[in-house]
Amino acid sequence: MKTPIQFRLNGEEVAAFVESGANLLDTLRESVGDLSVKGGCWQGTCGTCTVLIDGSPRLSCVTLAETCAGRSIETVAGLRRGADLHPLQTAFMERFAAQCGYCTPGMLMASKALLDKNPNPTRENVVDAICGNICRCTGYEPIINAVLDAARSDGRRRA
Amino acid sequence: MLEFRKDIFADERDDNLHEVGQPTQRQDMLGHVTGTSPYYDDHRFANLLHLKILRSPHAHARIRSIDDSAAARAPGVKRIIRAADVPVNLNTLLSLIQFGKDDEPSLATDVVRYKGEPILGIVATSERAALEAIALVRISYDQLPAVFDVEEALKPGAPSVNAAYPKNTFEYYSKYDHQKLRYGDADAAFAQADIVLDERYQMSPIEHAPTETNGSIAVPDTNGRYIVYTSTQALFFSLDTSAKINAVPSNQLHFIGGTVGGGFGGKVDTLTEPLSILAARLTGAPVRYRFSRHEEMQFGSPRGGERIYVKDGVMKDGRVIARKVRAYFDSGAYTRLSSYAVVKCAAHIPGPYTIPNVSGDIYCVFTNRTPATAMRGFGVTALDFALECQMDKGATAVGMDPLEFRMLNAYRDGDMKAHRREAKNCALIECAQVAAEKANWPLRDEFRRMSSRQGGGATRAGGSADRTRAPAPAAAAPAAPTRAPASTPQRVSYERPMPAAPPRTAPPAPPPRSAPPPPPAAAPAGSTHGTPRFSSVFGTRRR
Repeated sequence: MKTPIQFRLNGEEVAAFVESGANLLDTLRESVGDLSVKGGCWQGTCGTCTVLIDGSPRLSCVTLAETCAGRSIETVAGLRRGADLHPLQTAFMERFAAQCGYCTPGMLMASKALLDKNPNPTRENVVDAICGNICRCTGYEPIINAVLDAARSDGRRRA
Repeated sequence: MLEFRKDIFADERDDNLHEVGQPTQRQDMLGHVTGTSPYYDDHRFANLLHLKILRSPHAHARIRSIDDSAAARAPGVKRIIRAADVPVNLNTLLSLIQFGKDDEPSLATDVVRYKGEPILGIVATSERAALEAIALVRISYDQLPAVFDVEEALKPGAPSVNAAYPKNTFEYYSKYDHQKLRYGDADAAFAQADIVLDERYQMSPIEHAPTETNGSIAVPDTNGRYIVYTSTQALFFSLDTSAKINAVPSNQLHFIGGTVGGGFGGKVDTLTEPLSILAARLTGAPVRYRFSRHEEMQFGSPRGGERIYVKDGVMKDGRVIARKVRAYFDSGAYTRLSSYAVVKCAAHIPGPYTIPNVSGDIYCVFTNRTPATAMRGFGVTALDFALECQMDKGATAVGMDPLEFRMLNAYRDGDMKAHRREAKNCALIECAQVAAEKANWPLRDEFRRMSSRQGGGATRAGGSADRTRAPAPAAAAPAAPTRAPASTPQRVSYERPMPAAPPRTAPPAPPPRSAPPPPPAAAPAGSTHGTPRFSSVFGTRRR
């Protein structure tokens, strides 16, 4: 038995038929075709699959797809605006904040949730924001610095 | 930003480096930050089938019977893969370079040797269907005694783990049960040493825990070949291993990979590709075999736990005159790459220090634990941990600064290593000097002036006119500790009383912020630019 659901993905209306019990991660990747979301543990422990649901960071692997009907979902695929990268993406590149890159989509979305709510975060705020996201390559320091850089550059751009 | 210290050994190379020392953007970074990097699981195929593996719940057991009849009838099941379906069901990874005996089945036949060993594969239309079918398989086992400790495994009467190596040790050159290193006479030197430090170090297995789990997708191509999208770290290694196990020419396989979601050594074992290819061959459909997080953590091969005994003979003046290492590498139930780790370990003894009497005995041991594999310097990392702990203990025992203790014993150009190779292009002293400078760690003047280029060779411990030979063994044993007397000019004596407080809290003098002064004998920078002697590859830089 499949259920039709409709939600906004990166500003566009999308629809999918989902199995009862299907999670948002599989729905995005298999039904909608947004492969920018990665699965790392499928049990809500690693943060790799983090997406924004109505602006809040959520673990898509333990979010029932049916609960997302009518919500607004953001993924890394919607982060850049045309040819321009989001300040977070630029800062991650410049700060060498990705190595294997697999945790990066989740890191970027967790960081975006922070900067959307708090454009001038402290280092402690950044650590809090990404504390649910596991990175096995970088040791986190470059990521923290990148998020702080992005906040500064975004502030300058708006000023 | 990177700091590139061109002032050190400046006279030994051309100052014409344009890329080295300059930051450069990675070519894959844009893909990473836009979520478009193509990991193996980012490829989509219609009618993809899913392979899941039934794994042993026991560490050591004989399989009495397998009943998969209910699983075969379960909804969504397309094919059950049994041990008999695997064309070449015995392999060892390094057989590709003729190193070791084939000892590991892809699917267990009669005996399971570690908890999690694959027994049966089920190919179904979804992972869920495959898992539900696995729950219907009935297997009866006779449990066998298991051994989980490397030294227990070597005792007489210990359960034999690996059928190819019944004595529980890997065999080198088909006859040696361990790697052995002898240089000088360590036992005789211990009798001469002022202090003997005998310590035991035990490492834990470590899971790489990559955020992307091991996996692969095998897809029948239009020309009869198979395209394999994989997370492997070793594309051609995995291709050849898969070709061997499937008994197909390697040109029948087309591996696509290179975008790896974290490997750290845990993705060289070719854990999924042979069976995903076999499943694709048996079903004619694309098949994905993806580790769950639980499989990755529980059954994905870890860094092996090593047990290392280090015994050092140290003189009051700070010289380490003897070092004996006995180490056991826990390979788990099968060899994989641990045999090679042991070779690396033996080659690394005694660390970057000139010690005239060295002894090493390193074993690759089979136990009923998860097979171990490569991880970041495996074979060397754990040994270095043990040796550097040992250096700290040695420094404390003789009341020396631990950094100066290391510098005193560091390899210098011309020294003879325990492997009877001359030390060349040494730089530990200079590294220590820069590290001390960066960390505001006070070094005494003689250590700030010390150079890897001076004082090595014949006048140092272990050096001799005939550098191809080790110092004379047993018969001349008493000579060992005195071969490099403390009165040798470049040696430093350690008469000064050590302060009670660590030197970091009470630096005797602020260290210089600049580089250590170049050794007086060094030619002025620039004067020898263009020298053809610079070649690290051929080891001729300073010769």
